Amino acid sequence: MHRRLTGVSSAVLACLLALPAFAATPEPDDWEQVLREARGQTVYFDAWAGDPQINSYIAWAAQQLQSLYGVEVTHVKLSDTAEGVSRVLAEKLAGNVQEGTVDLLWVNGENFATMKGNDLLFGPWAEQLPNFALVDADNHPEMREDFTIAVEGYESPWTRAQLVFYYDSATVENPPRNMRELLQWTQSNRGQFTYPRPPVFLGSTFLKQALLELAVDSAPLYRPVDQAQFESITAPLWEFLDALHPQLLRAGRSFPGGGTELRRMMGDGEISLALSFSPSEANAGIVAGELPPTVRSYVPSGGSIGNVSFLAIPFNAQAKAGAMVLANFLLSAQAQAYAYDPEVMGSATVLSMEMLSAQQRALFESIEAGPATLSPEALGNTLREPHPDWMDALERAWVERYGAR
Amino acid sequence: MAHAKALPANIGVGLAPVLVLVVLIAPVALGLALTLLPAFGYLPVLGGERLTLTYFAQLFATPGLAHSVAVSLMAGLLTPLLALSLVLLFLAGTAGTRLERWMRRLVAPLLAIPHAAAAFGLAFLIAPSGLFMRLISPELNGLSSPPDVLIVNDYWGLTMSAGLIIKEIPFLLLMALAALPQIEPEKRVAIARSLGYRPCRAWLMTVVPALYPLIRLPVYAVIAFASATVDVSLILGPNLPYTLSVMVLQWFNDPDLNYRFVAAAGALLQLGVTICALLLWRLIESLGAWLGRRWINRGERRSGEALLRVSGQLGVGLAVLVSVGGVLALLINSFAGFWRFPDNLPGAWTTQTWSRALGEIAQPLANTLLIALVSTAIAIVMVLAVLESEQRAGRRLSPSMLLLYLPLLVPQIAFLFGLIVATEFLRWAPDIKLVIFAHLIFMLPYTFLTLAEAYRRLDPRWSQLAATLGASPWRIFWRVRLPLLLAPCLTAAAVAIAVSVSQYLATQLIGAGRVPSLTTEAVALASGGSRGIIAVWALLQALIPMLGFALALFLPRLLWRNRRGMRGLN
Repeated sequence: MHRRLTGVSSAVLACLLALPAFAATPEPDDWEQVLREARGQTVYFDAWAGDPQINSYIAWAAQQLQSLYGVEVTHVKLSDTAEGVSRVLAEKLAGNVQEGTVDLLWVNGENFATMKGNDLLFGPWAEQLPNFALVDADNHPEMREDFTIAVEGYESPWTRAQLVFYYDSATVENPPRNMRELLQWTQSNRGQFTYPRPPVFLGSTFLKQALLELAVDSAPLYRPVDQAQFESITAPLWEFLDALHPQLLRAGRSFPGGGTELRRMMGDGEISLALSFSPSEANAGIVAGELPPTVRSYVPSGGSIGNVSFLAIPFNAQAKAGAMVLANFLLSAQAQAYAYDPEVMGSATVLSMEMLSAQQRALFESIEAGPATLSPEALGNTLREPHPDWMDALERAWVERYGAR
Repeated sequence: MAHAKALPANIGVGLAPVLVLVVLIAPVALGLALTLLPAFGYLPVLGGERLTLTYFAQLFATPGLAHSVAVSLMAGLLTPLLALSLVLLFLAGTAGTRLERWMRRLVAPLLAIPHAAAAFGLAFLIAPSGLFMRLISPELNGLSSPPDVLIVNDYWGLTMSAGLIIKEIPFLLLMALAALPQIEPEKRVAIARSLGYRPCRAWLMTVVPALYPLIRLPVYAVIAFASATVDVSLILGPNLPYTLSVMVLQWFNDPDLNYRFVAAAGALLQLGVTICALLLWRLIESLGAWLGRRWINRGERRSGEALLRVSGQLGVGLAVLVSVGGVLALLINSFAGFWRFPDNLPGAWTTQTWSRALGEIAQPLANTLLIALVSTAIAIVMVLAVLESEQRAGRRLSPSMLLLYLPLLVPQIAFLFGLIVATEFLRWAPDIKLVIFAHLIFMLPYTFLTLAEAYRRLDPRWSQLAATLGASPWRIFWRVRLPLLLAPCLTAAAVAIAVSVSQYLATQLIGAGRVPSLTTEAVALASGGSRGIIAVWALLQALIPMLGFALALFLPRLLWRNRRGMRGLN
C-alpha cells in the first residue's frame, strides 16, 4: 500500500513537474493552438545582418507578423551565424533550459550539424507547418537534407542559394565555363580574379565547387571524410590551387574577406571576374550603383553548388509558438514572392510552383527579373552540397597550406 | 560637532575605493577563471573533465601561429614606440607656440573618432582603390585600374600598426597635456636654456624624465590595446594568418565546439603575449633612460635642434592629416553613387545610403545614448568618490588601487567569454542594465586616468580656505572642488562616452545581440556592407563622441564666461 502510494504520488509529481514545461512547449500539430499561444509573444530572430536588403526584408516581415498574428519580431543582427550557435551553447552549459535568448535562427550546413549533434534544437516541428506542403518535399529532397544531414523536421526551409560567377561584359568576352578554363583564363588575365579566403562561406563553397569538378569520383564527398583517403581525393584540388594562386589578385598573398569585398573590387575594376552565392547579387549591385551596368552572371557549364538555408528553433527558446508562426509566414507564397523581387531581396524561392494556386503563381509571374539575374533555366544543374565534414576538412587543409607562409 | 557630522560621510566616501575595486576586479577575475580553465581542458559540459595540455599542443600546431604572435608583439611595441616618440618630440618642439595651442583643440575631436571608424577611414584612403590613389590616377601614374599591390592587410601588419599609431597619438597627447602642468615644464626649460641648451633639446632633457612616469600607465594601456586589438586588426590587419586576437575570436565562434578549448588556450597565450610586450617595453624604458643619460652627459647643447623639432611636427602633422583625410574619405564614400576607378570623385552622388541608415537609426541611437550617458554618470560618480576619499584621507590610495587599471591591461578576449558564461550561470538576463555594467568595467579605468591628475593637483588651499570659513567637507566638495574641476570632469566624461560608444564585443556578447547599438549595427553591416554603408555607419559612430567632446569644450566656456582660469585645457 505504502509503496503503491509512493508510486502514484511520484507519477502525480512527475505530471506536475512536467506541466510547466508542457505549457511552454507548443504542439506543432495543433496549428490553431500555436497561433493562440503566439499572440503577444516577442520572437528574437537571430539572423546574419550583413546585407541591408535582407535586413529590410526582415523588417517588413516583422510588420506583417505584428498586424497578421499579433507577434512581435525583433531582428537580432549577427555578423556571423556562429555567434548565435555559441550563445545557445553557452546557455546549455549554464543549464538554462527554458529562458533562451534565441527564438529563431537562420542557419544551415555545419552550424545546423553542430546544433543537431549537440541536442541544441527544438523539434521536430517544421513539417507540421501549414505552408510546408508548398515546398513539395517529396519531389525536392534538398528540403529534407541540409549538407547531406537529414533535417527530420528540426528546421524549416527559407531561401535558396546557388553559386554563380559574374563578369564585366565590357572587358571580358568569353568568361571561363569550368575550373580548367578558369586556370587558363587567369593565366592570360593575371590579377583579374580572386576568391574569398576560407573559412569565409563563399570561399569554402568555391573550394567545394572546384573539388566537385576536379575530383576523379565525387561519391566520397557525400560521406563523412575518411582521413585515409582525404589526401588522394583532394590532390587534384591542391594541384589546381597551387597553379591558380600566383595568377590571382595580389598573387594570392591576400584574399578578400567575403562576397561584398569581391563586389567592391569588381566595381573598382580591380578584378573582372567574381563569384557570388546569390544569383541576383550582380543585379542588386547594378541597382545599388556599386557595379557597372555591363555586369552579367552565369553558371559553370557542369552546374554549380546550390543549397537551401533554413530556420531553426533552439531547444530553450522562449517564444517557440511565435517562432513557428514566423517560419510559416516566411514560407508563404506572399513572403516568398516578395523576397523573389530583385528590388527587395532577389532570392530564389524554395516553393514548388506546381503546388501553388494560380493566384499564388501570379504573385511570382508579375515580378520582372533584372538583366543580370539568371532565370531558373539558366541556373542549370544544381550540384548537391557535400557532407559538412568536408567543408571543415577543406577549410582546415586550405589554411594549413595557404593560410601561413 | 562639525567633526561628528562629517565622520559618517567620510566613511561612506571611504568605502568608494573598495566598491570600485569589487565592480572591476570581480568580473575580470571571474571571466579570466572561466576562460582559462578550459585552456587546460576543464569544461565539464563539453566533456572536458580532466586537466590536460593537449589543447596547448593543438594551439601550437596551428599553422602560422608563430607569425601571428610575432605580428601581435610587433604591433604592441611599434605602436607605443612611435606614438610616444612623436608626441614627445612634438611637445618639445612646439611648447608654448601657437601650433601647440592648435593641437590642444584638435586632440579632442581626433580622440573622438572610434578605432573602427578611423581604421575604415585609413583603409578608404590608402587602399589600392582608395581616395589617394584615385586622386593621383591617372594623372601622375597613368593607371586606369587600381594597382595590384598589397597595402591594407599586409603580411607584417604595418598598416594595422599605422592605424593604431594614428589613433594613439591623440590619446597620449591628451594624457601628456593633462599631466604637464604639475611638473611645471616652463621652469625646467628656463633653467636648461639659461645653461645654453636650445629649447627643443632643453624640453626633451628636462621635462621628459619627469613627464614619463606620469604617463606610463596610459602608455601601458596602449601596449595592451595594440597587442590584442580585434576590430582594428579585422579591418587593417594581416589575414594570412590573422593576428592572435582574431584567431582566438574565430576559435570561440567555431561551430566545432572542441575549438573552445583551443580558444581558451589561445586567450591565455594572448595574455602572455601582452605581458611579454609589457616586459619588453620595460627593457626599452631602461634602454631609453640609459641612452638619454648618455645624451645628456655629452653636454651637447645645440646640434640637431631643427631635426628634432621638424620630425615631431612632421610625424604628428602627418598623423593628423591622415586622420582628417580618412574622415574625408568616409564622407565622400557615404554620398558616393557609382564611382569608376581612376575618377577623382564619384560620377554620381546619392543620399540614399544616408536616408536608409537614418530610417533604421532610432533604436540603436537611443540604446547607445542611454548606455553611454548612464554608464558615464556612474563612472564619474564612482571615480569622484574614490578621488574625494583620497583627498579626505589626506594621502594617496594604497597600491592596491593600481588594480583599477586591470581591465586596461588584460586583453578583452581573455576574459569576456568567461564573463558571458558567468552571467549565464548567474541567470542575469542579457539586457541593457547588464550591458551598462559591462561598459563600466572598461570605462572606469579611462575615466580615472583622465580625471585623477587634475583632481590631485588642484591647489589644496582653496579647500583649506573654505574649511576655515566653516564649510563642511561635502559643502567644500559641491561648492568649491567640483566647480573648479568642471572642465576636467567633462573631459573625463567625454573620454568615457567615447570608450562606451566604441565597445563592440561587450555590447554584442553581453547583450546577447538584443541591445543593438550604433557600433553593433556598424559591425554587422560591415560584415557585408558596401563602402557607402560602412562609411555612413562609421560616421554615425563617431558622431556621439564628437558631440561629447564638443560639449566638454564649450560648456565650461559658457558657464564660466567670467572665470578665465576655469575654462579647462584651452
